Amino acid sequence: MVEPDKLGFDTLSLHGGQKPDSDFGARAVPIYQSTSFLFRDVEHAAGLFNLERQGHIYSRISNPTVAVLEERVAALEGGVGSIATASGMAALWLAVSTLMGAGAHIVSSASVYGGSNNLFSQTLPRFGIETTFVKPRNTDGFRAAIRPETRMVFGETLGNPGLEIMDIEAVADIAHEAGLPFVMDNTFATPYLFRPHDWGVDLVHHSITKFMGGHGLAIGGALVDGGIFDWDASGKFPTLTEPYPSYHGLRFTEEFGTQAFITRARVEGLRDFGAPLAPQNAFYILQGIETLSMRMDRHVANTRRVVEFLQSHDAVEWISYPELGDHPDHERAKKLFPKGCGAIFSFGIKGGREAGRVFIERLEVFSHLANVGDAKSLVIHPASTTHATMSAEQLERAGIGEELVRLSIGLEDAGDLIDDLAAGLKASQR
Amino acid sequence: MRTTVQGKQVLATTGGRDLDRDLPLLLFIHGAGHDRTAWQLQTRYFAHHGYAVVAVDLPGHGGSEGPPPDSIAGYADWVADFIESLGWDAANVVAHSMGSLIAIQLAASHPDQVISLALLGPAAAMMVHPDLLAAARSNDHLAYDLITGWSHSAGGQRGGNQTPGIWMSGATMRLLERNHPGVLANDLAACAAFDGAVDAAAEIRAPTLLLLGSADLMTRPAQAAPLQAKLNQQTIVLDGVGHSMMMENPDGVIDAVADFLRKLNEA
Repeated sequence: MVEPDKLGFDTLSLHGGQKPDSDFGARAVPIYQSTSFLFRDVEHAAGLFNLERQGHIYSRISNPTVAVLEERVAALEGGVGSIATASGMAALWLAVSTLMGAGAHIVSSASVYGGSNNLFSQTLPRFGIETTFVKPRNTDGFRAAIRPETRMVFGETLGNPGLEIMDIEAVADIAHEAGLPFVMDNTFATPYLFRPHDWGVDLVHHSITKFMGGHGLAIGGALVDGGIFDWDASGKFPTLTEPYPSYHGLRFTEEFGTQAFITRARVEGLRDFGAPLAPQNAFYILQGIETLSMRMDRHVANTRRVVEFLQSHDAVEWISYPELGDHPDHERAKKLFPKGCGAIFSFGIKGGREAGRVFIERLEVFSHLANVGDAKSLVIHPASTTHATMSAEQLERAGIGEELVRLSIGLEDAGDLIDDLAAGLKASQR
Repeated sequence: MRTTVQGKQVLATTGGRDLDRDLPLLLFIHGAGHDRTAWQLQTRYFAHHGYAVVAVDLPGHGGSEGPPPDSIAGYADWVADFIESLGWDAANVVAHSMGSLIAIQLAASHPDQVISLALLGPAAAMMVHPDLLAAARSNDHLAYDLITGWSHSAGGQRGGNQTPGIWMSGATMRLLERNHPGVLANDLAACAAFDGAVDAAAEIRAPTLLLLGSADLMTRPAQAAPLQAKLNQQTIVLDGVGHSMMMENPDGVIDAVADFLRKLNEA
């Protein structure tokens, strides 16, 4: 039997999206630190502006360095295309603004990044977009929350911070039955551990600041279009199916088919709202992606060692990591995340907030800061930082208690991480 | 644009402009298992450069009702009816892969309806790998995997798309996955069974452009040689480009076809 001719994950991590430099033969992706790009002539310029020709005009809309990253992320995720943005939140807003306007409604998992929660619960209502939050394991709750004006269903592939794993296939079916796209944040997993499009997810958004970059040098986001969703059949997305006056009546689905969403998001979303990724940051993040699989394997291996240590420690009340048999999503984790459940997890420390404060302040190898997915190990107390704007009710719904400490396990020697945690836990219980 | 041909609904795109009856018709015919959107990077250009552009979904493809014709001759007769339904006497035809076989047959059997031909990735005979045909007949995803892999040059598989942010292999795969069950197998079988391309080419008087990709794995440039010998043609080879040349080198395709049409109009 003949085999398909396609490149593997690691090859795409290193080469995806890059055409070797034709002028000087540069092997690395050059940094095109330029706001704008020369037109060949007036005819060429007019063609680019009217979407008759493809290419780069102005780095707010596209840039050659950023485009390499965009193609690479799309290739790794198995999508048709992606847009890199100034941050993960910019990517989420790009999805929202391309799909809907005032009067629309979102159904979101309650267990999402604090920034996403803030956008949905606090900011979007000011623009006439309401959100209903559903506990991620309440699959039927997603169906019940959908209204006629709902325009997307949202969740995280590994919930923040509790690592809840939704019944992704079932929620995708619920969304599709209602003619809605299922949008997921895949930041915690990365496409190495999980590819949402393979499980029915239509759009994927990332903070590529995290594991994708891996080094903590650059902020960035990405929005990936799986090219799966049938916008015409849904009939709920006039931005994609009806004439767009800005391009003289262009209908995106009719002209661009599977690439309708990502094309509209670029030519409108980046043009009108801005927030592109800077080429220098794209370069940094590309360096990280080159080693994504190897880093993720090490992140997971270290995490398993740390979890094993914490399991046997008296100062630990509970650990939420889906690879553990007592995690509510353990069976689903085995099915969806066979390579590992990532390197971010939370645990409850005996003694609550005060013990947590002492623990965090005693750590030497772990860094206390508001980030995850760095090569270096990180720690934070979500209830007082990343999720501080959430009400007590929202915190309860998201499973974030006062005793919850979130760890992001890095690439250091696992033994050093365990020694550091042991010292912190000992101090916290005095 | 929606219209009706042989009693069935047909979807076509017009490059973002309403059809102008005073302009010459430029008809785009897609390949096996594709649809109108395979031409997304060419249609807008020609619609804004003096042509009434129509990129049609062949029956059973994209948004057009099926069933698809089960032979190249059947497709060619359908396209003839489609041109007539549009209200033009004849069209300049741009066609890719299986579409180029349809266009050759169309120009031979309905010569009054064809002004010129631009054939992308044509071949005198389109042999289909038996594993591919078997996979397509059983609606096995392997068929899409195989075609996606063979549609792109080695460079195209790595990427570096002229369209920022679009992953070509992913776009090709999703386009194929939109096929209704059985349609790809129908097309591949029609291609494999068609042995009349060279004879048909001998009858064609319409000026013809053959556009070949030097890295085409599906229809290698040498496979067009028998057609070159029979047609009133000029041949352009796009260097390093695979079978999905409209995507891998959209400007190369636009420039070659535009130059060909310009010279025809000047002649």
